[in-house]
Amino acid sequence: MARESEDAGIAKASKVKRQRKKKTKENKTRIVHANILYDHAKGEENPNRHYANNKIKTTKYTVLSFLPKNLFEQFHRFANVYFVFIALLNFVPVVNAFQPELALAPVVFILSVTAIKDLWEDYRRHRSDKEINHMDCLVYSRADKRYVEKYWKEVRVGDFIRLRCNEILPTDVLLLSSSDPDRLCHIETATLDGETNLKQRQVVRSFFELDCDFDPLKYNSIIECEKPNNDLNRFRGYIIHRSGRRDALYKENLLLRGCTIRNTEEAVGIVIYAGHETKAMLNNNGPRYKRSKLERQMNVDVFWCVIILLVMCLFAAVGHGLWMFQYGDKRPVFDVLSPEGTDLSPIMSAIYLLLTMIIVFQVLIPISLFVSIEIVKICQVYFIHQDMDLYDEETDSHLQCRALNITEDLGQMQYIFSDKTGTLTENKMVFRRCTVAGVEYSHDANARRLAMYQEMDSEEEECTSHGGTLPRRDSVSSHQSARVVLRSHSTKSHRRTGSRAEAKRASILSKHTAFSSPMEKDITPDPQLLNKVNECSNQMDFMRFHSQSMSQLPSDLSDIIDFFIALTICNTVVVSSPNQPRQKVWAKVPSQSPVKTIEDFIKRFTPSRLTSGSNSSSSSNSTLTKLDEEHPGSLDHAFSTVLPCYDGKACTPEEGELRYEAESPDEAALVYAARAYKCSLVGRLPDQVTVELPHLGKLNFELLHTLGFDSTRKRMSVVVRHPLTDQITVYTKGADSVIMDLIKPPDTDTAGRKRQKKIVFRTQSYLNLYAADGLRTLCIAKKILSKEEYACWLQHHLEAETSIQGREQLLFESALRLETNLHLLGATGIEDRLQDGVPETIASLRKAGLQIWVLTGDKQETAVNIAYACKLLDPEEEILTLNADSQVSSSNQNFTDSINPSSSPLSSSSFHTTPFTVHRLGLVIDGRTLAYALDKSLEDKFLAIARSCRSVLCCRSTPLQKSMVVKLVRNKLKVMTLAIGDGANDVSMIQVADVGVGISGQEGMQAVMASDFALPRFRYLQKLLLVHGHWCYSRLANMILYFFYKNAMFVALIFWYQFYCGFSGSAMIDQWYLIFFNLMFSAFPQLITGTLDKDVSAETLQQLPQLYVNGQNSEEYKPYMFWMNMIDAIYQSLICFFVPYFAYAGSDVDLFTWGTPITTLALFTILLHLGIETKTWTRMNWLSIIFSIALFFTVALCYNASCPTCYSPSNLYWTMQRLLQDPLFYLLSGVTPVAALLPRYFYRACQGTLFPSPVQVGRQLDKLPAETRRNILSLSRVKVGSPVHLKPPFLSLTKPSPKGYAKKDQRSFPTSKISQAKQMPVLQTDEEKGQRSPVGPIDSEKGLLDLYTLVPTKVDTLASTKEAPTFAREQQNPVTKDSECLDKTLESSALSLSSWITSTPLLTQADSVQLALPPHGGSQCVKYTRNSEERLSSDHTVHPVHRTEQSLHTTL
Amino acid sequence: MMASSYNAKDEDGNITVSGPGGGALRSKKPENTAFKQQRLPAWQPILTAGTVLPAFFGIGLFFIPIGIGLYVTSNNIKELEIDYTGSDMSSPCFNCSQSFSWNSTKPCTCTIPFHLDQPYDSNVFMYYGLSNFYQNHRRYVKSRDDSQLNGDSGSLMKPSKECEPYAYFEKKPIAPCGAIANSMFNDTLELFYNNPNGTKVKIPLTSTGIAWWTDKHVKFRNPGGSNPNFTAVFQGTAKPVNWRRPVYELDSDPENNGFINEDFIVWMRTAALPTFRKLYRIIQKKDDLLPTLPRGSYTLEVVYNYPVRSFEGRKRMILSTISWMGGKNPFLGIAYITVGSVCFFLGVILLIIHHKYGNRSNSADISS
Repeated sequence: MARESEDAGIAKASKVKRQRKKKTKENKTRIVHANILYDHAKGEENPNRHYANNKIKTTKYTVLSFLPKNLFEQFHRFANVYFVFIALLNFVPVVNAFQPELALAPVVFILSVTAIKDLWEDYRRHRSDKEINHMDCLVYSRADKRYVEKYWKEVRVGDFIRLRCNEILPTDVLLLSSSDPDRLCHIETATLDGETNLKQRQVVRSFFELDCDFDPLKYNSIIECEKPNNDLNRFRGYIIHRSGRRDALYKENLLLRGCTIRNTEEAVGIVIYAGHETKAMLNNNGPRYKRSKLERQMNVDVFWCVIILLVMCLFAAVGHGLWMFQYGDKRPVFDVLSPEGTDLSPIMSAIYLLLTMIIVFQVLIPISLFVSIEIVKICQVYFIHQDMDLYDEETDSHLQCRALNITEDLGQMQYIFSDKTGTLTENKMVFRRCTVAGVEYSHDANARRLAMYQEMDSEEEECTSHGGTLPRRDSVSSHQSARVVLRSHSTKSHRRTGSRAEAKRASILSKHTAFSSPMEKDITPDPQLLNKVNECSNQMDFMRFHSQSMSQLPSDLSDIIDFFIALTICNTVVVSSPNQPRQKVWAKVPSQSPVKTIEDFIKRFTPSRLTSGSNSSSSSNSTLTKLDEEHPGSLDHAFSTVLPCYDGKACTPEEGELRYEAESPDEAALVYAARAYKCSLVGRLPDQVTVELPHLGKLNFELLHTLGFDSTRKRMSVVVRHPLTDQITVYTKGADSVIMDLIKPPDTDTAGRKRQKKIVFRTQSYLNLYAADGLRTLCIAKKILSKEEYACWLQHHLEAETSIQGREQLLFESALRLETNLHLLGATGIEDRLQDGVPETIASLRKAGLQIWVLTGDKQETAVNIAYACKLLDPEEEILTLNADSQVSSSNQNFTDSINPSSSPLSSSSFHTTPFTVHRLGLVIDGRTLAYALDKSLEDKFLAIARSCRSVLCCRSTPLQKSMVVKLVRNKLKVMTLAIGDGANDVSMIQVADVGVGISGQEGMQAVMASDFALPRFRYLQKLLLVHGHWCYSRLANMILYFFYKNAMFVALIFWYQFYCGFSGSAMIDQWYLIFFNLMFSAFPQLITGTLDKDVSAETLQQLPQLYVNGQNSEEYKPYMFWMNMIDAIYQSLICFFVPYFAYAGSDVDLFTWGTPITTLALFTILLHLGIETKTWTRMNWLSIIFSIALFFTVALCYNASCPTCYSPSNLYWTMQRLLQDPLFYLLSGVTPVAALLPRYFYRACQGTLFPSPVQVGRQLDKLPAETRRNILSLSRVKVGSPVHLKPPFLSLTKPSPKGYAKKDQRSFPTSKISQAKQMPVLQTDEEKGQRSPVGPIDSEKGLLDLYTLVPTKVDTLASTKEAPTFAREQQNPVTKDSECLDKTLESSALSLSSWITSTPLLTQADSVQLALPPHGGSQCVKYTRNSEERLSSDHTVHPVHRTEQSLHTTL
Repeated sequence: MMASSYNAKDEDGNITVSGPGGGALRSKKPENTAFKQQRLPAWQPILTAGTVLPAFFGIGLFFIPIGIGLYVTSNNIKELEIDYTGSDMSSPCFNCSQSFSWNSTKPCTCTIPFHLDQPYDSNVFMYYGLSNFYQNHRRYVKSRDDSQLNGDSGSLMKPSKECEPYAYFEKKPIAPCGAIANSMFNDTLELFYNNPNGTKVKIPLTSTGIAWWTDKHVKFRNPGGSNPNFTAVFQGTAKPVNWRRPVYELDSDPENNGFINEDFIVWMRTAALPTFRKLYRIIQKKDDLLPTLPRGSYTLEVVYNYPVRSFEGRKRMILSTISWMGGKNPFLGIAYITVGSVCFFLGVILLIIHHKYGNRSNSADISS
């Protein structure tokens, strides 16, 4: 935060300066001249002089400014101001209590500890800055007429710099020249966005035509561009040449600081933004500051402490006033007059005393608590970092704690919001099956192959659990280890040149490239389809040979070949060869830039070329031959040492295999799939894609446009000129829901129409089947444009491209115009495999009482099936499916009107489940319905339903919706939320949640950057939450409580004394002891305990996730506990005060000879108290306690022997020495702590026996020998049984189709049932018992809701957090039962998972009951589906087991 | 599942990245040490009735005998208190107590007879006790100058601000300054043994050895070093307002005069509680055969100077023998006995609890 504002401050300052000096210049843009033109004109003349230079300074302080600035920052914290106020109060003689200098000690101590920490951090930043600033780069020097080495910090805006391969960019550079013949420069942006694929950057167009090398001396253009901003994906500007020609600049021309040059020998550019004005630096936000729940709770109690303090002070002040008053005019000798000798009135002395008491009692406000908490948290973070179990061998990364101060929140989570793709799943996309032209190709062999991987994985899983650290999947992937070697040198180069942080990140990523694993690559083709492809290409070859028009090809065959061409080229995949990763396979072809101007278009699309097929084929032939000719020449080229040998069988796999780098893994999966059918992507250039087809050889598709993927359109398209037909073809690939809507309505040809209709219908049904199978579905379509259409579109498109304002929006609209009337080719099903251990983790987390919601952008069927696979939904659950029909209300008018009635179906549907409360509920809701549900008027009802469901699945949700759901739950239910995700679309959700967790996986670093914790894998969440979260929470909670107790107990001693000193503010405890008691004498043991104490061992915590409930319900630190501790503190202080009081009553003891034993006794009591609360005594604990006591006596002895006159007003000369000779002192030390701690000790003992908390039981379990423990745990599991359970394929049906698997998707078939739904909400239930009576929802709605709210206590014990206090102990049995039921899923997960993956789900009959509800204003269709329990399963042998277990379960 | 892999992990902790290139890459794998993995060997006490039983019984059995011993010791100490405040009309000191002034020129003397029922064998300590005297009042406690008392000549002439308003009197620095010194106890107590034959024998009272050794020799020093001419040393200082004599006339013995006068030192050691006693004199045991104070009747003669009526105070004279644990105070013995008994009692309760519920509290019920 501070850093950000600092940066902003710098930027602002420079901006202000700039604006002042250049008033005449326009404000909105930056103008960059080349520096070399102004080399002779030093300083003043250089137009670039006002721009920030490249020296970066991320430090907050300088040597001079450190003290004032740091103090200023620290005083922003209220507590510090308070303590300084108190310290200063001591300088006022009337009210002072201590030696003023001494009173400064604590606050100085606290401030200096923080200052030292800040200084150290700043020093580290300074060192890394220095390192970065002193890196070398080549800058053109006019004097030397060559590039000379300079430090990064010397680079200025307007300099020309030369970049070599693998160099890190020092600034934001406009690319002017590249050694690449295509005028490209490849960069790796992993350090910026974490995306590991290479990005292409283009030389500015004006310099494109330069044949010879770029000569800076000839450069005389002026660049006008945007002001520095932090948008990585935007750069706009012009380059103005001397000739007056203007060329637009895009983000494709800009190389960003921090990126690495790859695959390009040399590039030259001009610096546009430098230093703090670079986009990378502007994006660099400091660490986040969050306040944990525990801290919030603590602050409430700090506030209470303040109140207690004030009450005590007021009490003392009033007491003093009265005490003074009782003497009246007879001034006793001990009542000292004011220094002036005047009489103090009782009221005045009471007021003075009030202030004095605040000083004396200041210890009650735990000054060191804040520092201690910070120290403990740092230690906790350290230990979490060090945990081997959270270390991922594969990526060589451990958990990163990015937010340092919310570790304990991990132990209090109640809701987990998870992304699906990449978080629960591997995000490793595997092509499973496809349908082309309405024919399904099931790819059975492929499925078998995948099943094999599955087994291997699970075997390895066992290996790893025993063998510990063997890299996973190493046996499977030899490529992977090879890759490690290959990548290592690039990592090293990072290390050498980059800053430490950059190098670190790079090394995380280095092993984690965008390459696919063999599992994703080796696709076994479906023989039937393979034959068809062969046949088809044969025919095409034949036709080409005979110069026949391609349109004569049978439409199904042409669809097939188009389908594979689309798979191959409709993407942004970059090809590289395996032996030299990151180096594209380079083939020199006559380069033609994408169509950029109309003239260009006209020039290139001459009629002859457009119409004549033979001509084009010859031209493509010539291209091919040219390509062949070029190969030998390219051999000596540095980048193409390996030829793209791509003849399939002929090539050895090591050499011939091309690597595909894709921005998203499903793109790569599709390309690999196409390759399996011999349609391989061989090369990709900005203007051309080379595809190798069987029999046809290499074909060059001229790439006219790429309309990239975006989440709104949910599709991408490429516009190419087909080399065979020479038609302008648009290939579109996208989500089925959008593509299906864009399919061209059948044309007039009746036969064709029928066929089209059939294809669409069939494809849709297959799509549904795929989705039901948990596959990600994509539709492939194409469209052929006539020349006129294309020209017309191009016109608009070019306008859009060249406009500066609103370019994105215009491009978007342009894309929409193009992607219409598509011709459906087919659809693919890609499997996204679950990550290791996801079902187990989910089961375990759920057992821990966490509600898990999955928010995904995937379609409903896919999501539901993944949810089943990862045990999020249980087959025994009833599934509530909420699909509000948006077709009706999409008009957006009367939006709320149309929603309101849906509330009644919502609530009534939930009512109908109440008779079956034995079943737990799962809620599935789609994005549209979610939009309504998140509406103000409905959100409460939505939450009421969602809360009673065991799991919630939101499909088709947008990033915004995700964050809205999290926000809603967090704010309305007042629960602790954790969001976990891996992609950019999860960022908003991660930021909104109390704790954001990023998966440092494949989809880049955005999620990680936004997160508080970054995990390598989802399953680590289990240990992070259950073990570390629990520990952190219980440690910190106990430490805070102990702190309050300790301070209260200590201060109360002085308070009691006020009754015996006329409320005069006198203290029997010496000022030194009083001030250093907290800081030194009692500080260390609690820090050690707060850092190391383990209430239950890690193993038990993981085996009994129920123990997590402890933290969820805040059971370690409840508000009443604060007061209990206060009462205990009062009791203990009474004992510690009055035992010495009576022991010395009436004797000749003096003030401090009496006070010192009290201090000692208090110390003993406090330490022993900690001993009672300490659960694990390591030698550190012993040492710290012994050290504390030794420290106290050492300090006391030294202090009491040091100076007989120095420590006015108290003087303890030789007191401790005398006390140590006094037997009474030892006698007191014996009896007082025992008496003080007796109640607590007794209570703890009784509690441990009579009503042990689950945690205590867990601890007892720990003590048992390992064998016994295992037996007990397994026994408890056996008790509820471990039924092998089946995953029934859930489909949200409205109507069982005759074939058994086809179903209606209302969104895709808007016309299907709308008419029926138009007038009345329809409630459909599939159920097996049919014993419910339809109940009108209107009259009984309230009652229903009431009834409904009762449900959670019975059904939902796990998830219920509201009835928490009593639940843990009393309802332990049901909890355990519930969770043990879950446990059984764990046992069988592997089996059921594999069976699920290999089996095609069959549907059983399901009776459906339609409840027609009275029309209710709007027309909202809410579908309530309850899936039948009695389903046939693919695996009949398992079935009976399932049944018996089920009955077993009900009897329990 | 975790438990089984636990041991395995311990053993293979040294394996780093395997496979080619693993050696070149420095793995970020955390070190597998007991500390870093939070597996330090530890003692994990679990507080249940069963486990704490021995502690309770042990404490009980240990404390009760100590308590009895302490109680007996305390009871063997002989102590006699005589209140001579004179607030009652009947009291011999009533008349004296009516005078209010600190500096009355005419000393008021009163005589109080008392009777010892038992002979006091060992050294007898004579205390004066004050009640309701808040010597621990914050401003009072502060009102002294330790440097001055330590013989610092600078502070002698320029007392610390803390002494205000008792730092200067008529522009002259007060020695010793401050409210504590100013309010020094100034009664004189004398003891007479009334011989059965009718004569009054004055009992010799030792006035040295009543202060802490360190106070007398380190903390308190007369200014001017060993200069015996106190008048010259204290030249230019004023006596405390309430005092009748300057500080250098407190005693004739130069070793007990000035700031190192033991009565003064004892007074300067401010009492912890408003009811306190301070050692006044010691009656040394002279003869091993005769008791220090035999049975019989005695007379206490008081030169009554110290006014206590302004704060409803009481003045007492205490005669006491002491034991190894100090003066007579049965509290500690009672405390030990009480705590011991309570522990024992709680131990019994825990025993019952343990027998009734102890078996239930095994770990099985977490899963039941």
